[in-house]
Amino acid sequence: MKTLKNFILAIAAWAVMSVSALATDVIVVSHGQANDPFWSVAKNGVDAACKDQGISCKYTAPGTFDMVEMAKLIDNAVSQKPKGIVITLPDAAALGKSVKAAIAAGIPVVSMNSGSDDFQSLGISAHVGQTEFEAGVGGGMKMKAAGGKKALCVNHEVGNVALDRRCAGFKKGFGGSVDILGTSNDPTEIQSAVAAKLGGGYDTILTLGAGLSGEAALKALEAAGKVGKVKLGTFDMSPGMLKAAAAGKVEFLIDQQQYLQGYLPIVIFSQYMKWGVMPAGVVMTGPGFVTPDNASAVIKWAAQGYR
Amino acid sequence: MSLKEQSIKGKIQDERLRKVSKLKVLLNRPELGALGGSILVFIFFGIIAGDTGMFSAYGTINFLEVSANLGIIAIGAAMLMIGGEFDLSVGSMIGFAGICIAIPAIYWGWPLWMAILFAFSMAVLVGYLNGILVVRTGLPSFIVTLAMLFILRGATLALTRLITGRTQVPGLRVLIENDPIAWIFSADAFKSLFVWMGNLGLIALRTDGTPLATGIPASVLWWIGLTVFATWILMKTSYGNWIFGAGGDKNGARNVGVPVNRVKTSLFIGTAVCATIYACVQVLDAGSADTMRGNLKELEAIVAAVVGGCLLTGGYGSAIGAAFGALIFGTVSMGIYYTEVDTDWFKVFLGVMMLIAVIFNNFIRKRVTENK
Repeated sequence: MKTLKNFILAIAAWAVMSVSALATDVIVVSHGQANDPFWSVAKNGVDAACKDQGISCKYTAPGTFDMVEMAKLIDNAVSQKPKGIVITLPDAAALGKSVKAAIAAGIPVVSMNSGSDDFQSLGISAHVGQTEFEAGVGGGMKMKAAGGKKALCVNHEVGNVALDRRCAGFKKGFGGSVDILGTSNDPTEIQSAVAAKLGGGYDTILTLGAGLSGEAALKALEAAGKVGKVKLGTFDMSPGMLKAAAAGKVEFLIDQQQYLQGYLPIVIFSQYMKWGVMPAGVVMTGPGFVTPDNASAVIKWAAQGYR
Repeated sequence: MSLKEQSIKGKIQDERLRKVSKLKVLLNRPELGALGGSILVFIFFGIIAGDTGMFSAYGTINFLEVSANLGIIAIGAAMLMIGGEFDLSVGSMIGFAGICIAIPAIYWGWPLWMAILFAFSMAVLVGYLNGILVVRTGLPSFIVTLAMLFILRGATLALTRLITGRTQVPGLRVLIENDPIAWIFSADAFKSLFVWMGNLGLIALRTDGTPLATGIPASVLWWIGLTVFATWILMKTSYGNWIFGAGGDKNGARNVGVPVNRVKTSLFIGTAVCATIYACVQVLDAGSADTMRGNLKELEAIVAAVVGGCLLTGGYGSAIGAAFGALIFGTVSMGIYYTEVDTDWFKVFLGVMMLIAVIFNNFIRKRVTENK
């Protein structure tokens, strides 16, 4: 009996010691776990914004990429009656019911990262993220400014609509002639496909993924001795491409700056709580460009968890 | 008064039976520890998160639904564990069954009820295969079903990508309307009660005046129904006795005429069917299927069964205990979000709470069984 008593006392002590739950202002429900390097940065953005704005927040994510569990987390957030809910929207079909229930309960919702095509149909006012087409336009304009005339857009996942949009946006921003090179997602094959195309008079190459196609295209350029003569830009970031950018071998890396995707929704809600103001449409966090000028700083910030 | 009537009224005791008080019978039940653990968990969250909305109608429905989903598979897992075997393929079976519903319904144009029946027949097939492999080869079910875990998860991904070119299959919600059997898995019960409570101001409303919590989800009713059904089987039927026998002492049971292999095979079919019920509830609720659904659920089901008093070695346990085990797991896993604990610590918190529940459960059981 004594053990039982001690046991209950220990539990009670623990219960009292934990801070009694206060009402949370903003709850973030994301599909990305904090142990994913990409999402760790976004969560740091949430934490920093909540500290800066002086509001209380909670970051939650399902244990695995499970949309049903994520929908439950949104329901959970609703029953805590926060002043705002931030979500990611990777699967509007599975999350729609819970999002609509949140809005019906009078809780404003802001989406971030994924879902730029679906957020409006669910009644969400603002989305914070990077849209593929516009990011492509930004990359195209940058290459045009660098003097590019004839470009190659390397698509390593033919059929992925998001990647098609990146190439289409690039074409619009670039203005000159753009050919699309469809490849498999095998780095060796990408490298030889790019090498085979190098004789075709291209002065610009855009790859749609840094670690895979970006580094493969760079290898092809190095092997042909054309680094710098053919300008290379890529979507996303990878350690290898960041180093190459710092060494001046890469024109730019397009960064969607997920730190801001965590930070800005909190600022939006902080202002909404004060004055009822809320942006409408997509708040763009990208394209942010990592160029040879700032690459070494970005490498430093990445190590600290901000990029 | 005839002898028969007297014995019914309990006046004549059968001298062959040892006299045991009703209280002691109750205290010796395997589910007692899990019941105590549930009460402990509720007291804990009552103190920590009592005023955060966790126990509002919407919050309660939410953690009950999570518990119910887990409870459905935990009951199957508990029965199989009592029968002396494990099934690690439950989680993969959930994903597989979801795809078995979604692909025929969306891509092949089958009516939804036919797709659901198809999924259940696949479940029987998979469960039968698991069972036959275990009893024929004599290999530990841990290994056989671990292999099945990989095979089913892999097949789910491969077939879905082959047929649809993607990993999510949305678009089921529109098919639920007018389907003759889909409501069994998706309808909310006692809707008018919730509207009535909403009108009285007892529960939270949406801005349009309808209650936020629309009713008791079907999964909760399945959870309760399956618990009652499994308990009836275990306690009141000879098949139930066979299960305890097959798990407790396989050879002894066989010697007194229990068809041990058949019992075990049927229990494997049972876990696969429970996984499919889970998949039906989830797929029809979410309106989409996904190849990753049910990931790691097999371990949660086993945890719930063990917290509920099942022995890992078989021959002892209860379905009610497993239902309470699922309640503990569901309440803790949702409850943490109402506390001020940083969610980076989520799994530590979950693990500690599970450990406390199991130790507490074990402690109660020991005290009780020593007091004979």
